[in-house]
Amino acid sequence: MPKYLLLKHYRGGPEPHRPVPPIDQWAPEDVEAHVAFQHHVSKLLEENGEYVDARALTPARTWVRYGGPDAAPVTTDGPHPETSDLVAGWWMIDVESHERAVELAAYVSSEPGPGGKPLYEWIDVREIMWEASSDD
Amino acid sequence: MRALVPRVLAGLVRRGEDFDAAEDALQEALLEALRVWPDHPPRDPRAWLQTVATRRLVDARRSEAARQRREEATEAEPRAGGPTSEEGDDTLFLLFCCCHPDLAPASQVALTLRAVGGLTTREIADAFYVPEATMAQRISRAKRALAGPPARRLDQPGDLAVVLRVLYLIYTTAHIGPHTGPPAQDLAAEAIRLARQLTLATEEPEARGLLALMLLNHARLPARLDSEGRIVTLDRQDRGLWDTREIAEGVRVLQSALAMQTEDRRPGRYQVEAAIAALHDDAASAEETDWPQILAWYDDLVALTDDPVRQDPAAVLGRAVAVGHVLGAAAGLRETDRLRDVLGERHKWHAVRGHLHELSGDLPAAATAYADAAGRATNIAERDHLVRQAARARAGSHGATTIRGR
Repeated sequence: MPKYLLLKHYRGGPEPHRPVPPIDQWAPEDVEAHVAFQHHVSKLLEENGEYVDARALTPARTWVRYGGPDAAPVTTDGPHPETSDLVAGWWMIDVESHERAVELAAYVSSEPGPGGKPLYEWIDVREIMWEASSDD
Repeated sequence: MRALVPRVLAGLVRRGEDFDAAEDALQEALLEALRVWPDHPPRDPRAWLQTVATRRLVDARRSEAARQRREEATEAEPRAGGPTSEEGDDTLFLLFCCCHPDLAPASQVALTLRAVGGLTTREIADAFYVPEATMAQRISRAKRALAGPPARRLDQPGDLAVVLRVLYLIYTTAHIGPHTGPPAQDLAAEAIRLARQLTLATEEPEARGLLALMLLNHARLPARLDSEGRIVTLDRQDRGLWDTREIAEGVRVLQSALAMQTEDRRPGRYQVEAAIAALHDDAASAEETDWPQILAWYDDLVALTDDPVRQDPAAVLGRAVAVGHVLGAAAGLRETDRLRDVLGERHKWHAVRGHLHELSGDLPAAATAYADAAGRATNIAERDHLVRQAARARAGSHGATTIRGR
């Protein structure tokens, strides 16, 4: 069965379908509903037998490259263009098909936002590649 | 069965066996015990394990070094039921081995959990969320580093401090780990068990201080998360859920440690932190918390290091909170101002500011500080908690504005 990442972003991606303020500016009950939904998704995936992993990333980013012989690594932690993609986290799922991955991504995107109405967040669906033997 | 692990292992290592080989042999003996004991329970489990582990060691040595024609005299009959007074010594001896100052902290922790705690590699790997192969490699590298005659530079002053730090690391990992499932909680209990064994093996008051600190914090664990897994801050916890037996034991252990202090032997950091925890545990409600005494202990804690802002950020931030409660939020905020240059990028600094702003009634500033803290948090439960705090403070400030507007 193919595995996919359902990626959530702090920023980047297509034009938001429903622009909203940062979550810390939502009404407390909307924050509760949103967080509860994230837990619900993990539980649902587990119950379906489709869950592999869920991770969240901090928004801090450091770009690093080789500095050359006998030189320290070169790093930069900003400023980054506000439009650059910044991944916030993912679910890794193990599903029957690409269609199922899309269906689950759309469900994730229906998560409640301000006012309890769906957030319509863009979810980035990426298939995971495998090493040589995949005939299991 | 796990309780026997340190005693058997220490017995083998003391007899001159290589730590690495002895540990492997004991793991095999434990596996065999799981298979054999249900049908044939041994009369003396410890002697049984020691005999089987010894046989494994001999087998290993035979196959590997038949050329050496090593003496097989080590296949000694087990001494029937060793005296229990050695138990504490054995634990201490093994802890010193596993917490050898040459090992990296991650290796010390892994080795301690396996050799003294008797956890399997799989259990340790799960607790630290790394693949089992990674943890196996970490453990075997650590054991190789310890190969050779043991106890060469052990029992030095300072070794005990490392042991205490490793046990505390195991305990705190259990609370701030990336996930809060059952393995993490087991680690906390394991750290307490090991600390309790340590207090039987040494008179050092800091060992008791550490045990007291763990007990006094662990007692609040049932109230720390609500049914949805959300963090509940100390001031909002249902104190009826606190484990009063653990609190009583923690206080008793702490008092026995503090009783040993003299003019030139002041309480160490674990005793001081335990005293602060005890004062929190002692308050029937958040309002009844004895903040002046807590602040006095924080003063002692901060005085223990030369450069507390860099060496002990948690202490200076905790002290700022205590200052806020004793001398007023503005005084607490002034304390945090002094820490901004060094700690201003830490989520905890912003979280403390949020708390103090809230205390002062400045909800918009509290909301901003909590949001800044959430953006820097590295733990999901904590991040979600800080987002909630921000949203609540912002909603509260809107409410206040509306009321004033009328």
